[in-house]
Amino acid sequence: MYDVLIVGAGVIGGMLARQLSRYDLKICMLEKENDVAMGATKANSGIVHGGYDPEPGTLKAKLNAEGVQKLYDVADEIHAPYRKNGSFVCAFGTPEEEATVRELYERGLENGIKGLEILTGDEARALEPALSDKVSLVLNVTNAGIVCPYELTVAAIGNAMDNGAELKVNFAVDQIEKTAEGFKVTAKSGEVVSGKYLVNCAGAYSDRVAQMVGDNFFTIIPRAGEYMLLDKNEGSRVSHTIFQVPSVEGKGILVSPTVDGNLLTGPTAAKVESPSCTETTPEGLEIVARLAAKSVPSVNFRQVITSFSGVRSSEKGGDFIICPAKSVENMVHVAAIDSPGLTSCVAIADYAIEQLQAMGLALVQKANWCPTRENPHAFREMSDEEKDAYIKEHPAYGKIVCRCETVSEGEIRDAIRRNPPAHDIDGVKRRTRSGMGRCQGGFCMPYVMKLLSEENGQPMETITKNGEGSAQLTGKL
Amino acid sequence: MTAHDIVIVGGGPAGMAAAVAAYDSGVTDVVILDREDSVGGILRQCIHNGFGLHKLGRELTGPEYADVYRKEVEKRGIKIYCETMVTAVSTDRVVTARNRQGIMKIQAGAVVLAMGCRERSRGALNISGTRPAGVYSAGTAQKLINCEGYMVGKKVVILGSGDIGLIMARRMSFEGAKVEAVCEIMPYSGGLTRNIVQCLEDYGIPLYLSTTVAEIHGQKRVEGVTIAEVDENRRVKEETKRYIPCDTLLLSCGLIPENELTRSAGIPIDPITSGALVDENRETATPGIFACGNVLQVHDLVDYVSDEAEIAGIGAANFVKNGAVTGETVATKPGNGVRYVLPQRVHTDKGNDVALFMRVTQPFGKVRFTVKSGDEVLATAVRLKAAPGEMEKIVVKSEKLALASEPITVSLEVL
Repeated sequence: MYDVLIVGAGVIGGMLARQLSRYDLKICMLEKENDVAMGATKANSGIVHGGYDPEPGTLKAKLNAEGVQKLYDVADEIHAPYRKNGSFVCAFGTPEEEATVRELYERGLENGIKGLEILTGDEARALEPALSDKVSLVLNVTNAGIVCPYELTVAAIGNAMDNGAELKVNFAVDQIEKTAEGFKVTAKSGEVVSGKYLVNCAGAYSDRVAQMVGDNFFTIIPRAGEYMLLDKNEGSRVSHTIFQVPSVEGKGILVSPTVDGNLLTGPTAAKVESPSCTETTPEGLEIVARLAAKSVPSVNFRQVITSFSGVRSSEKGGDFIICPAKSVENMVHVAAIDSPGLTSCVAIADYAIEQLQAMGLALVQKANWCPTRENPHAFREMSDEEKDAYIKEHPAYGKIVCRCETVSEGEIRDAIRRNPPAHDIDGVKRRTRSGMGRCQGGFCMPYVMKLLSEENGQPMETITKNGEGSAQLTGKL
Repeated sequence: MTAHDIVIVGGGPAGMAAAVAAYDSGVTDVVILDREDSVGGILRQCIHNGFGLHKLGRELTGPEYADVYRKEVEKRGIKIYCETMVTAVSTDRVVTARNRQGIMKIQAGAVVLAMGCRERSRGALNISGTRPAGVYSAGTAQKLINCEGYMVGKKVVILGSGDIGLIMARRMSFEGAKVEAVCEIMPYSGGLTRNIVQCLEDYGIPLYLSTTVAEIHGQKRVEGVTIAEVDENRRVKEETKRYIPCDTLLLSCGLIPENELTRSAGIPIDPITSGALVDENRETATPGIFACGNVLQVHDLVDYVSDEAEIAGIGAANFVKNGAVTGETVATKPGNGVRYVLPQRVHTDKGNDVALFMRVTQPFGKVRFTVKSGDEVLATAVRLKAAPGEMEKIVVKSEKLALASEPITVSLEVL
């Protein structure tokens, strides 16, 4: 019997587990995919939003404002890469757009956001020379930043697991039964776990999980956002995250560096049938290219290395839904977490914990809780001299497997062993960047498969890209 | 830090031929650094035949061709470091590399860059749709099948009719897979004619020209692709879209020279070849750093890679022995019907004949190439046909070269 069951191991479920892991509780995350961070978490803009955007008085406004610093603090503790690069919200010469910039500034002040200022187009271009000549007025959001959302999640869950939390992957919740002690949760596979408290962090599927206990008061509207990611050659095209004011043509196509040094453009916003609709479309990618070029005309789209689409979980109310379940006791829904959900993830977790506490969950601090996680990128951050010394002790770090991103065998083996362990090729990619570079795994994939096979004692033919049904090989010759 | 006269980055066909040529030019302190566990580069997975006809006068498989050079390298006692990846080359020729022993820094007298190329990925092609397993670049599939002994799919569509794609169409068929189609976005194939005949026609595999893969379907593993014809601007014609069920998509859509080291050393790159700008000795704009093979320009035959590497190896040896080549250079430029000319600059007063290499912009029938400097005709050559997939070579005699004072232009006229 667990104390807390968390449905969903995305950034919200993962951060909740991490924040709960400081207390003397038995925690288990239930994840339907083969790895963590597999839903909206792995395919979003990776932006730490300043907090000027949400409607004052909403949960989004409150948790965004609280969340920025909380996120930076936790990211420091668990070694999740982020950068406070600041963001620009740009108007392009029309009085309406300039009025919007001023409105967002005022709204930001009302939300208690510090470090906002308004720049003229020329002042902005002095800071960001690649910005379009047409940019006339800019909201400069100095507290904004960028973070790698899946690395943040891996780090949070790794830290939670190091502190005793458990993770069950390939556990697709199928039925939830209320029992005298709490909940009996059955997976599609038939596996059953029980827990006293239940938190629904199921992202785009959170309405379905709610329905399993009889709650029908919200419906998730999946919205797909398409992106194009560019080579590191383009990574320093801009240093800030460049937004456009919302307009009829599109909402929030950004141009941003990533923490790994690439350039990201997107997203579109299209309602889709189901959360699994993550295909890219020619029309979507065309819109991304056109609108990104409006902000930063010099972006070279011949340098695109991959495109992807992520599904965000919106709801008609427009705000986060973080509240006790209505039909059962001892359950909290954390749903409709679209933007600024990533920014707010630590604040959301803390807010959900307050609700659990109000329901009677006893929070007793663990004596031996460790807030930090080993830096998985310690090796790549070393100087040549330090690397040399380290390799002499650990030769596997001297063998480079991914040539584009310079990832060694040692780093890949670590990612397969360290919490939460990588089970598939994409899992290794998200943890180490092997296959994330310009050749997109063309050279390293066979090596990564061999290492997975070796470490997990699994035949090559069973190695998957991202879980059941995605085997790369169809047999031996 | 250690020191060697010549450091060769890459032990594929280019690197090995450069090493042998440098050694035979009298510089014996040559080392080869290669990132893989054995030398030979991409030839190691090219188990088909067709290698060596021009250079060695016999037909070999890729591994056999590589072996010929490996033996020459070993015979000379040239040191090879395998599983050693070069992570930086500086303009003053300090080479930094990493292997299981640690980080090594070598002060080189001259450097030969021979890193080869990589395949254009699905992402770079920007094919829309889902992102399932079963989408491979043709070379990755080739490695898994030929080197690792695993099959990658049963029902296959291939996008791109470059040579690797054609070879893989045949290879997959050999192993029992059904190759449903090879699609080529251009109105002509970029592959060698012999490969179209021997790899597609002989196996009844259809080649659809002016056709691309518009969408990839399948959540976890490829379930099918939508192919469609394209117009002259390579835009999909909606009404021609059709679905082909398959479990595998192989991509053979062009090779990109791997010039990350070259770029980070600040060496200027030709935007057309995506390789360094070089002179007739294959010396880059940075003195003492040479480049050859597919990292310089993508070749269609390994035989020509070896030829080019010998030029670079000799150039590097001469640099070590005699210092930099002095004197003025004249630029070369592509004219009508020619996409690029390599080398991009030549010394005109050295008394040597210089071979110019080029690719044409589209398939032509009978053409005459003319090499001119101002009004001076330096060379002409007639070809019964010319195609972008087949590199052209025209030699300019030394006495003609001496007359060149203005940029040298190579153009063609259709006869």
